[in-house]
Amino acid sequence: MSCCGASPDIEDVNEVSRLVTGKLAAFLRTLRDSGFAVGLSEGQDAAALMATGYAERPGLLRSALKHLLTARKSEWDRFDGIFDAFWLGKRVRSRSITTGAAKAANSPSLKSLPNQQAEARGEAEAMMDQVPSVDGAETERSGEGRMEGASRADNLAEVDFRKLADPEQIELAHEAAARLARAMRTRLTRRDLARRRGYRLDLRRTIHGNISHGGVPISLVKRQRKPKPLRLVVLLDASGSMSMYTGVFLRFIHGVLDEFREAEAFLFHTRLAHVSDAMKEKDAGRALDRLSIMAQGAGGGTRIGECLQTFNRWHAARVIHSRTCVMIVSDGYETGDAALLGREMAALGRRCRRIVWLNPMMGWRGYAPEARGIKAALPHVDLYAPAHTLASLTALEPYLARL
Amino acid sequence: MKTRDEIARALGEAGYIADGELAIAIALMQQLRRPLLLEGEAGVGKTEVAKALASVHATELIRLQCYEGLDQSAALYEWNYQRQLLSIQAHRGADADAVEDQIFSEKYLLERPLLAAIRRDTPPVLLIDEIDRADDEFEAFLLELLSDFQVSIPEFGTIKATAIPHVVLTSNGTRELSDALRRRCLYHYVDYPDVDREARIIMTRVDGVNASLALQIARMVEGIRKEELRKVPGVAETLDWAAALVGLEVKDLHGAPETVHETLMCLLKTQEDRLRVTREVSLRLLGKVA
Repeated sequence: MSCCGASPDIEDVNEVSRLVTGKLAAFLRTLRDSGFAVGLSEGQDAAALMATGYAERPGLLRSALKHLLTARKSEWDRFDGIFDAFWLGKRVRSRSITTGAAKAANSPSLKSLPNQQAEARGEAEAMMDQVPSVDGAETERSGEGRMEGASRADNLAEVDFRKLADPEQIELAHEAAARLARAMRTRLTRRDLARRRGYRLDLRRTIHGNISHGGVPISLVKRQRKPKPLRLVVLLDASGSMSMYTGVFLRFIHGVLDEFREAEAFLFHTRLAHVSDAMKEKDAGRALDRLSIMAQGAGGGTRIGECLQTFNRWHAARVIHSRTCVMIVSDGYETGDAALLGREMAALGRRCRRIVWLNPMMGWRGYAPEARGIKAALPHVDLYAPAHTLASLTALEPYLARL
Repeated sequence: MKTRDEIARALGEAGYIADGELAIAIALMQQLRRPLLLEGEAGVGKTEVAKALASVHATELIRLQCYEGLDQSAALYEWNYQRQLLSIQAHRGADADAVEDQIFSEKYLLERPLLAAIRRDTPPVLLIDEIDRADDEFEAFLLELLSDFQVSIPEFGTIKATAIPHVVLTSNGTRELSDALRRRCLYHYVDYPDVDREARIIMTRVDGVNASLALQIARMVEGIRKEELRKVPGVAETLDWAAALVGLEVKDLHGAPETVHETLMCLLKTQEDRLRVTREVSLRLLGKVA
């Protein structure tokens, strides 16, 4: 770090540069606290920049450091605020720092727990809902190792989401859902790789591999078609009757979307909203913030049939291919036309590989699918499963793996 | 090395109307020798940045378009097998070592973009386009190349970069990139241009547009971008539309509301969006354009 044209006393210069370096280090710490991934080499480069004239004007330094220290859009947008707060003593717009999953989960539109549920807090842990076995999934999910990282929330695995009361527990459940989604993806991919087998001859590689035999093709190189990755399309019911579950599922979907190479997400209540973009926000808290805006209007009735019609009409051709699994998360309380729902479900079933319908209510004791909507939809559903606990989400994995 | 002001001027001369921060990013690329990662919606002109950069440095642009399944033999190098085989046949009976030396020599090596980029005498601009479409494995490989700038070819030896290329990566965000790659790069988010900048872009790129029409077009497009659309029109669409309007000899948008509505097909590329922007909506938007 040589400062060019430094005429004043060397001692002074050293003193100043020591102060500046100290301040810079503090700034990098602030950034790391805000979730920026800033490494050692970025720190060195930042120090080098400050020594070469970028520190003359705050605007210039801000812009230079922004390019160096940010790595994604969300950081790019927040950087200026953090920089100004640290170096210029301005207050950060509160919006840019008060994002967090726990907060989002408690925001009014995504309220996952009505107050009357609070009294159930005491017995919540003890009570266990029945988990109907899903294609022998019950046996599959023994052993804590399989949960991969969810062990911290072991006791949560069997607790109905709607019985989670205090924010900390909710946050734990959210985290577990996100981890679960990640773990599922990793394992699903591994299985894919093991299944690869070639069936077509790769002429170019065969010639290459047999140059040592003078070009006589002795060992053949096969070409395998790259397995099309399983694509997951999630349709989440965000209506009032589902409000206790929406928060957890949003977090689960966020995890799935981040990890599945190909996944699309839609929210529906009285209308359908394509939310993949909002869900692709890396930071879960910010993603949920964006979603809570989109989910507004939620809390009214559900027009599942109409929403599916919109989906089939506008989105299906683009998001569905031959290896697509459509996952509908809904309680099936249809306030619109049940016959329409049946028709649209049939149309959807013709297009995609599998339809999975997850119904949180199904875990309730004594629940029978008698709602008009669910009755109309069931004939077209390949798998109808409960989804009220983390364990029931885990039980889905073997099923997805077979697709 | 060029200063920021020189870069800004050179970008302008190259026909790229940059926002203020891009010049800083390019200056940093030189100084810190880091690649530049550009993110932004489709159609905001990410690829154009690389082209402009090549003309700023007066150097060649080498482009690698990424796609799913892209591998080393398409990105880095490959041996010319057919030629090797012919050579073996031609030298049948000759000394085996000599033949081997010959067929694994420079002459039989096919350069692909990445190898080409590190073997130039003057550093070229290497554009790695839509890196998010490539597989994870390729991204890891690229990371290694971008930190060492050397390639080892088993039969041939290690090739070190003669000049470090200016590397620009672009991503549309169809997949989350690895943190390692992100950290390695400088990051610049390319946003839709603001009205003034877009008007200037229209004027430099489309012939026969005067300042007031360019401004009207830019304002109209800004209004359309604010509508809830599936596919928000990019800069390229704006330019198409401007060219269409010029071709239809529209001098003032207010003078031809019908033509404006009918030519919106240049901007709206899905049926859903076409239906959403009805005649009333386009009139309302036009009303806001001063």
